[in-house]
Amino acid sequence: MIVFLIKGLLRDRSRSLFPVITVTIGVMLTVFLHAWLKGEMGDIARSNANFTTGHVRIMSRAYAENKSQIPNDLALLGVEDLLGQLRLQYPDLQWVKRIRFGGLLDVPDSRGETSTQGPAIGLAIDLLSEESSEVQTLNIEASLVRGQLPSMSGEVLVSDEFAEKLKLQPGGTLTLIGSTMHGSMAMQNFVMAGTVKFGINAMDRGAFLADITDIQQTLDMDDGAGEILGYFQDGIYHDSLSLKIEEDFNRQYTHSGDEYAPVMFALRNQDGLGEYLDLANYISFIAASIFVGAMSIVLWNVGLIGSLRRYGEMGLRLAIGEDKRHVYGSVIIESLIIGIIGSVFGTLLGLAVAYYFQVHGLDIGSMVKNSSMMMSNIIRAEITPVTFIIGFIPGILSTLLGAALAGLGIYKRSTAQLFKELET
Amino acid sequence: MDDSAIIEIRGLCKRFPIGNKQFTALSEVNLTIEKGEFCGLIGPSGSGKTTLLNIIGSLDVPTEGSAIVLGQSILQLTHFQASQLRNKSLGFIFQTYNLLPVYTVYENVEFPLLLLKTPAAKRRKMVLAALEAVDLADKAKSKPAQLSGGESQRVAIARAMVKDPAIVLADEPTANLDAKNSHRILQTMVKLNRDLNTTFIFASHDEKVIGYLRRQISLDDGKVVSDLKIDTPLHSAALAAKDTRMSK
Repeated sequence: MIVFLIKGLLRDRSRSLFPVITVTIGVMLTVFLHAWLKGEMGDIARSNANFTTGHVRIMSRAYAENKSQIPNDLALLGVEDLLGQLRLQYPDLQWVKRIRFGGLLDVPDSRGETSTQGPAIGLAIDLLSEESSEVQTLNIEASLVRGQLPSMSGEVLVSDEFAEKLKLQPGGTLTLIGSTMHGSMAMQNFVMAGTVKFGINAMDRGAFLADITDIQQTLDMDDGAGEILGYFQDGIYHDSLSLKIEEDFNRQYTHSGDEYAPVMFALRNQDGLGEYLDLANYISFIAASIFVGAMSIVLWNVGLIGSLRRYGEMGLRLAIGEDKRHVYGSVIIESLIIGIIGSVFGTLLGLAVAYYFQVHGLDIGSMVKNSSMMMSNIIRAEITPVTFIIGFIPGILSTLLGAALAGLGIYKRSTAQLFKELET
Repeated sequence: MDDSAIIEIRGLCKRFPIGNKQFTALSEVNLTIEKGEFCGLIGPSGSGKTTLLNIIGSLDVPTEGSAIVLGQSILQLTHFQASQLRNKSLGFIFQTYNLLPVYTVYENVEFPLLLLKTPAAKRRKMVLAALEAVDLADKAKSKPAQLSGGESQRVAIARAMVKDPAIVLADEPTANLDAKNSHRILQTMVKLNRDLNTTFIFASHDEKVIGYLRRQISLDDGKVVSDLKIDTPLHSAALAAKDTRMSK
């Protein structure tokens, strides 16, 4: 009997292929939209985490109070000891030190005279250590436009747009002119190993990346760093856990009156990102709910119509002697099979599209060219565990509900009524 | 109940609600049908013949009175018991054939046997025998869409007969057929009735059908107005030939 029903299901495209296609499309859209919204809403937070805030961020109290001025004279000292302590205390996080600084980049001509120059934002990270995850965190390798990654001390990466403005080619020399943490003038020559696209307009206009050891020497910051950032190993920001770590860390220094004592901030407690995260989650939830709801109604109707148009067939089957429960059961099983197949295909397709946009993203640089916000030019989808299951809500439940409601007609109508519908 | 009676209807009434009022479709119907009869419920549209056929077929229940079919009271049957009765003992033939379009002729005829859980080898034997009885063994692999109206109705007869039911209920079986095919269908049913002693009950106002009946139960306004036994049914080669000529 099951073989007989499956044979009918496979042969009747209006019962199998078309509903499966409809469910697949609906589920695919749901899955992709969820990943897209998640990615879009999380993008600003992610950009900030990668470039500025980390998932948690440690500065000296004095530095934190004036952090907008990047006061390297108030930077943390004894950083290696602190890092060792953090790695022991919080092994679930990766800890990195960074120095942000400003200066002037000067490009000399063949005679050593200034050819071009421009103000620059500098970010010093651990570019050269083998154990460093910074290249990966900042997605530098994929962002490389020309040249190569720095392989030795004295090499830097400059934003491609900035390098073009400075008429600087890979292998070319540039001079950083700035000030040390003690306030004296700093000047150091570097070689540009390559150019990168940060995907953040503010940085693309005039930023460069240097190895932190070089910058510590240049700015007289031995064993010092402006800030220490912590990232969860899975790369995802965990709000409640980071707040717990923040509370735990800061408790150790509650009674210290030292203005250079370290203080930790979770991402939520930096630069108004808490409100943004709440808003993003709220908007994402509302949008996803509306879409899941809409798709549920569409797929519910697919199930409903699919079953309603078969009242004649059901009447015949009842007349021949099939039990009502058996007919109803077969309708439910059919819708379940269609829902599962459609949901699996839809989820796979949705994930494939979402994955493409997670890896390659959508470049909206032309739309935000004049923006001064630290906003990524590339919007990416983000696949989370929820993305794998969200499509099954409209895909299976709604299809099943539609078929179940339509199938209830088998019970509500008298058999003779179904028999009459058979004749029409 | 008479030993030879397979259907006994006493004081049967059937009313349908229409808005706030009740429409009486059948009123005080009393009937006894014996095994092997070839009888018909005849009358104009709205006379109640299909309603009565539905009650006999356990597709509907009486409002009042009783209908005992093969010893079972239709009013007291649960849905499951009614489906069991239809499955094991009743065959249906419809005006519009109602073959399942996605299945082959063979599979359409096989369907009632699947519900009866008949073993595969026996099932195959029974299906082929039923198709041979209606001269359609060569169309076993065809789909209903590839058949003519007459062929489709013969498949429907094979489907009704394959499980060797005690009673076959045929509602306007010739309504969509031309005269030639109508006679062929009716002659097939007469032959099956004679060979297998299966009881046939028709609901029809087609004269061709009436001409084959050995018992004519006339209904009008939901009441039995006459019940005639016909020793020599009107069907004859002449009638068949005349209708065939007319259809040409």
